[in-house]
Amino acid sequence: MVLEGKNSVAKTISEKILSAHSGKDASAGDLVVAELDFVMAQDGTAPLAIRAFEGMGGDSIAMAGRAALCIDHSAPSPLRAISELHALMREFADKYGLELNDVGEGVCHQVMLDKGHALPGSLVIGADSHTCTYGAVNAFATGVGSTDLAAGLLSGSLWFRVPETMKVTIDGKLPAGVFAKDIALMMVGDITADGATYMALEVGGAAIADLGLDGRLTISNLAVEMGAKAGLMEADQKTLAFFDGRTSEKLAPVSPDAGAAYQEEREYDISGLGPQVAKPHTVDNIAPVEEVEGTPIAEGLIGTCTNGRLEDLRAAVEILRGKKVAHGVRLIVAPASREVMMQALREGLIEVFTECGGSVMCPGCASCVGTHQGIPGDGENVISTANRNFKGRMGNPEACIYLASPATVAASCVAGEITDPRRVM
Amino acid sequence: MKGKAHRFGDDVNTDYIISGRHKFKTLDMNELACHVMEDLDPHFTKRLKKGDFLVAGKNFGCGSSREQAPLALKHAGVAAVLASSFARIYFRNSINNGLPALVCDTSGIEDGDTLEIDLATGRIKNISKGSEIDSRPLPRVMLDILSEGGLVEYMRKHGRLAIE
Ligand code: SF4
Repeated sequence: MVLEGKNSVAKTISEKILSAHSGKDASAGDLVVAELDFVMAQDGTAPLAIRAFEGMGGDSIAMAGRAALCIDHSAPSPLRAISELHALMREFADKYGLELNDVGEGVCHQVMLDKGHALPGSLVIGADSHTCTYGAVNAFATGVGSTDLAAGLLSGSLWFRVPETMKVTIDGKLPAGVFAKDIALMMVGDITADGATYMALEVGGAAIADLGLDGRLTISNLAVEMGAKAGLMEADQKTLAFFDGRTSEKLAPVSPDAGAAYQEEREYDISGLGPQVAKPHTVDNIAPVEEVEGTPIAEGLIGTCTNGRLEDLRAAVEILRGKKVAHGVRLIVAPASREVMMQALREGLIEVFTECGGSVMCPGCASCVGTHQGIPGDGENVISTANRNFKGRMGNPEACIYLASPATVAASCVAGEITDPRRVM
Repeated sequence: MKGKAHRFGDDVNTDYIISGRHKFKTLDMNELACHVMEDLDPHFTKRLKKGDFLVAGKNFGCGSSREQAPLALKHAGVAAVLASSFARIYFRNSINNGLPALVCDTSGIEDGDTLEIDLATGRIKNISKGSEIDSRPLPRVMLDILSEGGLVEYMRKHGRLAIE
């Protein structure tokens, strides 16, 4: 895309993408109306978006071929009322020609990536707060509510305030037993739950370059847990290789200009980092695993849009192979998408999860948001690879949720209590 | 607008405003309205009178993008939410659904205080304390959306968002 007008000031990734999509020479703080490349809604937000779309008098969509609905949050449906909402989504998708990702296709965010809908340099909105995940592939992607989504679907555009940017540089080499999730939790602990509110993150550095795409997605996924609007990374060879065979569009990654203005800069060296755990009931309530080791657990969850990808499943299998989940513990595994599930089957990962005593769910959100599949009991502790541990998040306000990496969750399920994965590797 | 303040703390997330275990089940906002804030305060909806205000600290509405959060508050009778800061998706959702969200210094407001709010000027009178505070002005596009009664009505009329 070509900028209209002169582009004199050095720009961040956000400023560049929002300028290119609005035809304005926009800087942080400006309000723009920008043209959208893709829109997405899931079964918790789509029904209201459909109602809003109809309320707006919509009878055709501006986003033909560039809109998807995903049934992932309560899939398969556990209740008659939810089945009716799913039916409404299917009917709407058919009527307006939206892509429908039905039960079993996977968590909306992984589906958007697998299907090549969120491209480098593109502008994407999703009616789900973790839409920021696609920042890891250089898309300016942000979560909106159902009504904004409806306006985008109807008109093809939406208003944005161009965000200020916090630049985060992560250097060093990850020690054994420590993963991208630990970096992400460390960042949330340091930046805090609202430390990046209204800002975009630009995350880079040697440690990010070393990570595979799966790990980078985990970090961008947690951007919203710091209040951020986007969690952007630059595209490199690994990013471009990911899109091989996923899209026929020419990729146009965006890098920040030298001298771009950052509101804040933070640097971390993760060479000495250990496994991190978010304690109940906030994501920024971070402790080193040593501090919570020995806490008894009743349930473990490996999956979600944070950690349900292949690298995550492989890391868990490394620990679970040849072992058994402890008596009294249920391990729930939900691959993030059908593509991930297929590869996990080919690699024998699903066999290990099943053999060790775990239960493998259909690709989707599974127990993450408390609508079905694994609601914890009163007084129970859960250790999960998800991104939120709010009270009641998994469906029971009397349960406590700890967040950690897939390796930490796997090690904890074997021991029956929160365990440092480095002890069992 | 005149009503009583119901005081909450920092980081009130959308799961607390309306839990996922309720919101996935129905589009009936009056049903959801019976459950607002129940994980933080099971008696909230009993204490709340139509036209009252919810007053919080920083980062109100953090968490998910669920629009049921401001919608359920509105249907429960909350006339406006005052906070020292809002999470951005919630903030947009609130304005889009015609529920005023005012950014102001809420530290001096106590539970039960009677407030009078002038939306046009953003001025908040604390009648119980005899003090006054100003809220941060909204960007023009949000004022336009609010004055149409929400984004649905705005889009029905204009078809497309515009910023002058
Ligand atoms: S996996 Fe969890 S956080 Fe991710 S989209 Fe689903 S419910 Fe939301």
